[in-house]
Amino acid sequence: MKNFAESPRAWIIASLFAIMAIVLVARLFNLQVVEEKYELMANDQAIYRKVIYPARGSIVDRNGKPMLYNNVTFDLMVTPALVGKHNSMDTTTFCRILGLDTAGFAKEMLKVVKKTGKEKPGVFKSEVSKELNARLQENMYLFAGFELVERSTRSYPKAAGALMLGYLSEVTPAMLTNNRFASYRQGDYVGMSGLENIYEEELRGIRGVQYLVRDVMNRPRDAYKSGTMDTAAIGGKELELFIDAELQAYGEKLMSGKMGSAVAIDPKTGGILAMISAPSFDPNLLTGEGKGRNFAELNKMATKPLFNYATQGSYMPGSTFKPITGLVGLDVGAITPSFGYPCSGGYYACGKRIGCTHSGGGHAANLRVAMANSCNAYFVDVFRKVVDFKNYGGVHTGLQKWHDYMINFGFGHPLGVDITGELGGHIPDSSFFNRMYKGNWNSCNMAIIGMGQGEIALTPMQIANAMCLIANKGYYYTPHFVKKIGGDANHPKLAKFKEKHTPMHIAPDAYQAIIDGMAMVVTNGTGKVAKLPGINVAGKTGTVENYAMVYGKKTKLDNHSVFVCFAPKEDPKIAIAVVVQNSGYGATWAGPVASLMMEKYLTDSVNVKRKFLEDKMFNANLIKKYTYVIDSMQREKDRIRWELKMADKNMQAAMAKRGDTVLVDKMMEKFYKIKK
Amino acid sequence: MAQHRKSVLGRLDWLTVLLVFLLVATGIMAVYTSEYTSFDEPFFDMQRSHMKQLMFFGLSCFIGLVIIFTDSKLFYSLANLSYLFGILLLLLTFVIGGEVKGSHSFIKLGSFTFQPGEACKIFTALCLARFLAAADTKFNTLRHRLTAAGIVLLPCLLIILQNETGLALVYFAFFFPMYREGLPNSILLIGITSVVLFLSSLLVERLPLFIAITVVALLSVWVLWRQIQKQKAVVLFIVGAWLIAVTFSQLVVPYVFKNIFKGYQVERIYSMLGQDVPLEFQKPGQLAGKDADYNVRQSKIAIGSGGLTGKGIMNGTQTKYSFVPEQHTDFVFCGIGEQFGFIGSSLLVLLYLSLMLRIVFIAERQRSTFSRVYAYSVASILFFHFAINLSMTMGLAPVIGITLPMLSYGGTSLMSFSVLLAIMLRLDADRHILIR
Repeated sequence: MKNFAESPRAWIIASLFAIMAIVLVARLFNLQVVEEKYELMANDQAIYRKVIYPARGSIVDRNGKPMLYNNVTFDLMVTPALVGKHNSMDTTTFCRILGLDTAGFAKEMLKVVKKTGKEKPGVFKSEVSKELNARLQENMYLFAGFELVERSTRSYPKAAGALMLGYLSEVTPAMLTNNRFASYRQGDYVGMSGLENIYEEELRGIRGVQYLVRDVMNRPRDAYKSGTMDTAAIGGKELELFIDAELQAYGEKLMSGKMGSAVAIDPKTGGILAMISAPSFDPNLLTGEGKGRNFAELNKMATKPLFNYATQGSYMPGSTFKPITGLVGLDVGAITPSFGYPCSGGYYACGKRIGCTHSGGGHAANLRVAMANSCNAYFVDVFRKVVDFKNYGGVHTGLQKWHDYMINFGFGHPLGVDITGELGGHIPDSSFFNRMYKGNWNSCNMAIIGMGQGEIALTPMQIANAMCLIANKGYYYTPHFVKKIGGDANHPKLAKFKEKHTPMHIAPDAYQAIIDGMAMVVTNGTGKVAKLPGINVAGKTGTVENYAMVYGKKTKLDNHSVFVCFAPKEDPKIAIAVVVQNSGYGATWAGPVASLMMEKYLTDSVNVKRKFLEDKMFNANLIKKYTYVIDSMQREKDRIRWELKMADKNMQAAMAKRGDTVLVDKMMEKFYKIKK
Repeated sequence: MAQHRKSVLGRLDWLTVLLVFLLVATGIMAVYTSEYTSFDEPFFDMQRSHMKQLMFFGLSCFIGLVIIFTDSKLFYSLANLSYLFGILLLLLTFVIGGEVKGSHSFIKLGSFTFQPGEACKIFTALCLARFLAAADTKFNTLRHRLTAAGIVLLPCLLIILQNETGLALVYFAFFFPMYREGLPNSILLIGITSVVLFLSSLLVERLPLFIAITVVALLSVWVLWRQIQKQKAVVLFIVGAWLIAVTFSQLVVPYVFKNIFKGYQVERIYSMLGQDVPLEFQKPGQLAGKDADYNVRQSKIAIGSGGLTGKGIMNGTQTKYSFVPEQHTDFVFCGIGEQFGFIGSSLLVLLYLSLMLRIVFIAERQRSTFSRVYAYSVASILFFHFAINLSMTMGLAPVIGITLPMLSYGGTSLMSFSVLLAIMLRLDADRHILIR
């Protein structure tokens, strides 16, 4: 020790050692305690956050039959920023497996970068085939930044109910900005329409996360922290529908080769038994690899299969509106069931003749008979009596009162059906006519509304719902598809469908009078086609005049065939509204469709005697040529409008360019004396 | 004098032995955990690195024991001969040397590779010690100083020619014992300052560095105030030193990096430090932040992710799944840093410091100059390895392949340190005898 103390150089050397140690410890402190980025970088490299997608909830019909199946497919996702970051990317192998060349690879990558940016995972190839998936899985460790993500897609055994069920697709960037889809990531699948969209939250389940540790080759190895941070995926809830899958498929078959719609509702619950929009399409077209192409093709078709004729199509209800007119007349007190109208083949009170198919005496002797014979004059008169009712003191308030009835019946606004895109039809009020007739109008201007023509438009869903109201004698439930969510009939999302609507508190007697009239339509009137042995059916035919603008001229097209009915009359179990566009009389096409569906639903089979009717419906092609003409004209118009717009834009750009050239020429002349 | 009667084992410095054994044990554990993947693999598998290292350790203990039981005077007498032998081996390497990872410094004997440069450290230490201890050596003369420097720099030069810069750098450790024996203060000062200045002008931004240099200059004025009053020239010296430092860091380095070095050279230097090339030195068309050396970046990530207490033994994600290359040899410290965090790493640094200070203490208690110079050489070699290896794993110094004494996997390294320490312990056991 003596020496040590005596030698200052020993101290200097010792201090140097100590100082170095201190420097190193300080650096360690900085790296390990102060800086947090290294931990993040380590986690980023070594910890693989695997999102576990739960199975999407299934959808079954009222009898527990599956409407669709879940399939598992894989999407090849890529995070561009991670490609080749830690170890180089084996592009050659990758391209060979996918059958791409290098240019194609670069193009696809650029697409992903454009769509989602560099830092977020985007879809490189969606729904890769089974074989491709296997080959990719094998070599995945060579392709850092790529991952195969499990997706649940649907397939449809019955190929029915496409518009009702809706379809799944990748969430769009626009949707991601919506609060509802805040928890979604680019590439996630989401219900785009129909039930899949409305019940997305219930169907999708809860995603689980599994943390895995991966090695330098990007291969997942072990559970991170023995899986204590993992959360399990919870499967989506099952939707049980009111839909009868058999009836739905049968209805779609009946409506094949036609345009229009058929809606069947269980009046007691408001549950929709079938909703057919014709032409229908196979929902399997909107799954799998070809879905984009198929969607574009469906969108291009003149018959517009993607358009939901049941909830988006607006039709004048025609004679099927007469029960409503009668009902309002009775409730207002404008008529009694025994009220008769001396119709001699037309209505002349407003000057111009409003035609009636019958002219025989007594065919409108009372409400029941007038309904059975579908007397136009009778209901036009009733309608006028309602809006001109003395208690209201004028046609303006009278019409407003009538308008109140209509709104309460569920007309003029979307009913609130649980699929996307429902529209509300149209019910005019006094301000509408003020605009139309510049304030100068009376009940004659709109008298034909009483017989369901004129300025009134309803969706088939609304018409069917009105039948429920009549069948129930005074109440309806908002039509809806879903009976139970995850086995729970009292799910909060279904609460609004439990609410009983009793519009205007109309007395049951009034309903009974209307029902009697509608029963007579089937027994003795225009709707005999709907007669079923042993079941009392109440119905109403409708033949709707309609027009379209063809070559700038208002042209009358073939009548829409409309039919409404419900049965059994005493204890209604099903109410149906059918519209077949441009096909003729209500009893010719819509009637049989409604009747056959009703028979199928109530008796589970169709009487052998009616097989010929069934065959006739199956094989009819009622889509008129002018449908295509009108459609192509509309598309042509749109195209021309777009082209004009583009031409205008190009012209302006050219003008601006020319302006610049002129300016340059002037400058050249001025400064350099160069003349062009 | 009671110690003379004890056996050699009784006279050994067991504290040093304990410290060394602790380090070796840490090393074997670090090697094991860095290769561990699951408990299913048999522990006693001779093919696995930790078992090999254990075997090397056994061999080292045996060699150490042999050395302990030889006569201490033997080393003095063999010093020059061994040095000659070492130089011959180095020269032989040029002829029959094999190539391992771009360096030609290995001799292959069957499956066994051997690096003469490692062993030559021992011989050089002995030779230098003998030269400085010789009665006719006057170390205050320039001639003898140059001779001493020559002894050190000859093997160093040969090793540089073998493309093993890191190992060659270690030979500069011998300037510590030379300093202890009388080299002027200024040499140490200039040496250390230039190393610090060079590294800091790369690692620290220019303005803070300028401030730091100025503060150091002002501090030295304050410390040397008394001398300044006696001798005004000291101020001139400080101002001169300040000027040189500032010019070097503020003008020369940026100028050289911007205008003289090519893009790839700048990249290479920064990459060896595990840093991205700073914006101002980037050449047009060069990608920013792309070329930071993979090893150092991964090593920094592994150490940095350890946090205060570490991820726990066997839980190091970065080392376990081989993100860090060379993680059981040169970068063995990463495993410690990741698994045991700041606390564990600091303890390891403390362990090394204790060993080095213990050796300095041992050196100072020697009666003979030979033993003292030799002990200082051992301490300095350890220090160089320790300082450079840890600095490079933490991105403070360029990556040059230098092992972490006692911890890094590898027979040559472990055995050469064992021999180095064993000779020192043997000499220390006879510290009261004048060895000449």
